[in-house]
Amino acid sequence: CLAGFGSLMQDVLWCFSQVKGTIDTGVTEADIISTVEFNHTGELLATGDKGGRVVIFQREQESKNQPHRRGEYNVYSTFQSHEPEFDYLKSLEIEEKINKIRWLPQQNAAYFLLSTNDKTVKLWKVSERDKRPEGYNLKDEDGRLRDPSMITMLRVPVLRPMDLMVEATPRRVFANAHTYHINSISVNSDYETYMSADDLRINLWNFEITNQSFNIVDIKPANMEELTEVITAAEFHPHHCNTFVYSSSKGTIRLCDMRTAALCDRHAKFFEEPEDPSNRSFFSEIISSISDVKFSHSGRYIMTRDYLTVKVWDLNMENRPIETYQVHDYLRSKLCSLYENDCIFDKFECVWNGSDSVIMTGSYNNFFRMFDRNTKRDVTLEASRENSKPRAILKPRKVCVGGKRRKDEISVDSLDFSKKILHTAWHPSENIIAVAATNNLYIFQDKVN
Amino acid sequence: MFVRGLKRKCFDGEEDIEGTLAGIKAIPSYNLQRQSLLDMSLVKLQLCHMLVEPNLCRSVLIANTVRQIQEEMTQDGTWQMINTQSTGQASLDRLVSTDILCRSSRDQTEGKHVPAYGTFNKDFESDQAQDSSETMSTASSVQAPRNLQNNVWEMENPQENKGNFQKSLDQIFETLENKSSNSVEDLFSEVDSSYYDLDTMLTGMMSNTKMGHCDSLETFSSPTNTASNSNCKSDLNDLDHIVEILVES
Repeated sequence: CLAGFGSLMQDVLWCFSQVKGTIDTGVTEADIISTVEFNHTGELLATGDKGGRVVIFQREQESKNQPHRRGEYNVYSTFQSHEPEFDYLKSLEIEEKINKIRWLPQQNAAYFLLSTNDKTVKLWKVSERDKRPEGYNLKDEDGRLRDPSMITMLRVPVLRPMDLMVEATPRRVFANAHTYHINSISVNSDYETYMSADDLRINLWNFEITNQSFNIVDIKPANMEELTEVITAAEFHPHHCNTFVYSSSKGTIRLCDMRTAALCDRHAKFFEEPEDPSNRSFFSEIISSISDVKFSHSGRYIMTRDYLTVKVWDLNMENRPIETYQVHDYLRSKLCSLYENDCIFDKFECVWNGSDSVIMTGSYNNFFRMFDRNTKRDVTLEASRENSKPRAILKPRKVCVGGKRRKDEISVDSLDFSKKILHTAWHPSENIIAVAATNNLYIFQDKVN
Repeated sequence: MFVRGLKRKCFDGEEDIEGTLAGIKAIPSYNLQRQSLLDMSLVKLQLCHMLVEPNLCRSVLIANTVRQIQEEMTQDGTWQMINTQSTGQASLDRLVSTDILCRSSRDQTEGKHVPAYGTFNKDFESDQAQDSSETMSTASSVQAPRNLQNNVWEMENPQENKGNFQKSLDQIFETLENKSSNSVEDLFSEVDSSYYDLDTMLTGMMSNTKMGHCDSLETFSSPTNTASNSNCKSDLNDLDHIVEILVES
């Protein structure tokens, strides 16, 4: 079922498909999901958590006997990607939390992904083993060496089937290149290089070389007293391997061309929306800080997420976004409280669907929002155990801003700000979404007619 | 922006005095709101010294907010008025820098990186040149413990009749501005000191009216309010502890 939203006249009905994770009310910190990512075919879905673990789900083959179970995702591999470290020089712990996972396109039977914590990026190879060699000459079946003098004949080892085993091995470790915390990694379209971005610098790596990286962006001021702006996210253009963008805490996006200079200090394009003077407050800058930036699949647009809105920008127009969507504008009057409890610093991500016609982002109370760019319609859905009956259709949710609250609405003051949807992912070609709600991963699909 | 209607109300002769006073108490003044936002921000930055590795983006955003408030207070004359009363002090016009606000995080993140390989990053060489010791006693920050020490002794002064919270803020501000305590006391002396009790402040915020499209300082509900109060109190204890450590070092 293709995400052909171009001619969408009816709304998509989203249904609950699966939920992964414990039902316990007490949440173990280490189980909190910190990143979610489909691979390029959508066959695999990876999550990273605060405990440094990566769990990969694989979609099972669709069965003709059970067509309504459109390929469920089951655990394929689990491994510990990063361990907590201690930086002895600074007397600081380095968290093992996985900040981002990015898949490489598949080039052979094995799968490759990049996973990163605050300081170190690792390239993992995930491969299957379903045969093993038997009949060695020098070893017996238990692996013990045989006495060479006892060997009277030679034989050729044969491969015999064994139970499927999925093993993950770290193939490269890219360490010691970031003084500040890594917030983004992005694989280049040349599939030979990738970039890692921290608060002040962006480095370019070659997959084969781990002891060297090129610094391509450096916004660290000579005098740290003058620091007023940090890098918040970065991504390569999906087709042009020389182009990338990075966003800042001041709500700006810079597009850079690596062909112009080795150090991309000068941007080729600068995207910034002029401030609305009527909305100005002491929190204006904080809520304008961009938490995520994503190219559309077409490469023609970029989408940015700041605290209250999602914006779509045309690469050819720098002075303002072409579309702005309000995620939860009812929070605008609550900014001081959200500043006090630090919620105003939450970093929400945003995603495109496969055809770039719908965008999705998370909110509080385990709500997430979708915006159809063509019909201009939007919907608020909730990831909760209550709506978790198999193939149950998700009912749209509504937040009541003031006045009389209708029966199914929830008032702003009743929202649970500890339940935040920061990370979501959309299947590259189908209407399947993965939503991370603290320690649970929800998978929703559109209703099969 | 915060509404400044309160001042006009004071001068409104139509209303009786009592009604006006009730109005004053119900709606916090813009200056008070701004001041409490400044206080909150300073506490947040102070807390970032205690975290394992502070989030740099968050620190920068809070520091920028503090700077913005300072700028406005300077333009208002609120800042300058205080400045003129101080004698021979360094100019208060020098705005608080992120560097000083997040002193320990800067010490920890800058210049300690030891590259294990050759890179094309020109900054690695300069980082190594700037290499300094891990503790608070780096060249630029060596004055901070001294100032804090002064403040600790200042705290014993019985003439200072303000709440604990106020004193802690003074210390923070001292660290930030590298001044003697006099100017900071003067800064706060113009305003009714009872408003600097955090409980009063936050209670006052809660009973305010909607300011239309403007932001207003409010909390969601009582539980959240008391939680933040108790957090502040425990933060004060942490702050005292930190001060002790710094003074002894």
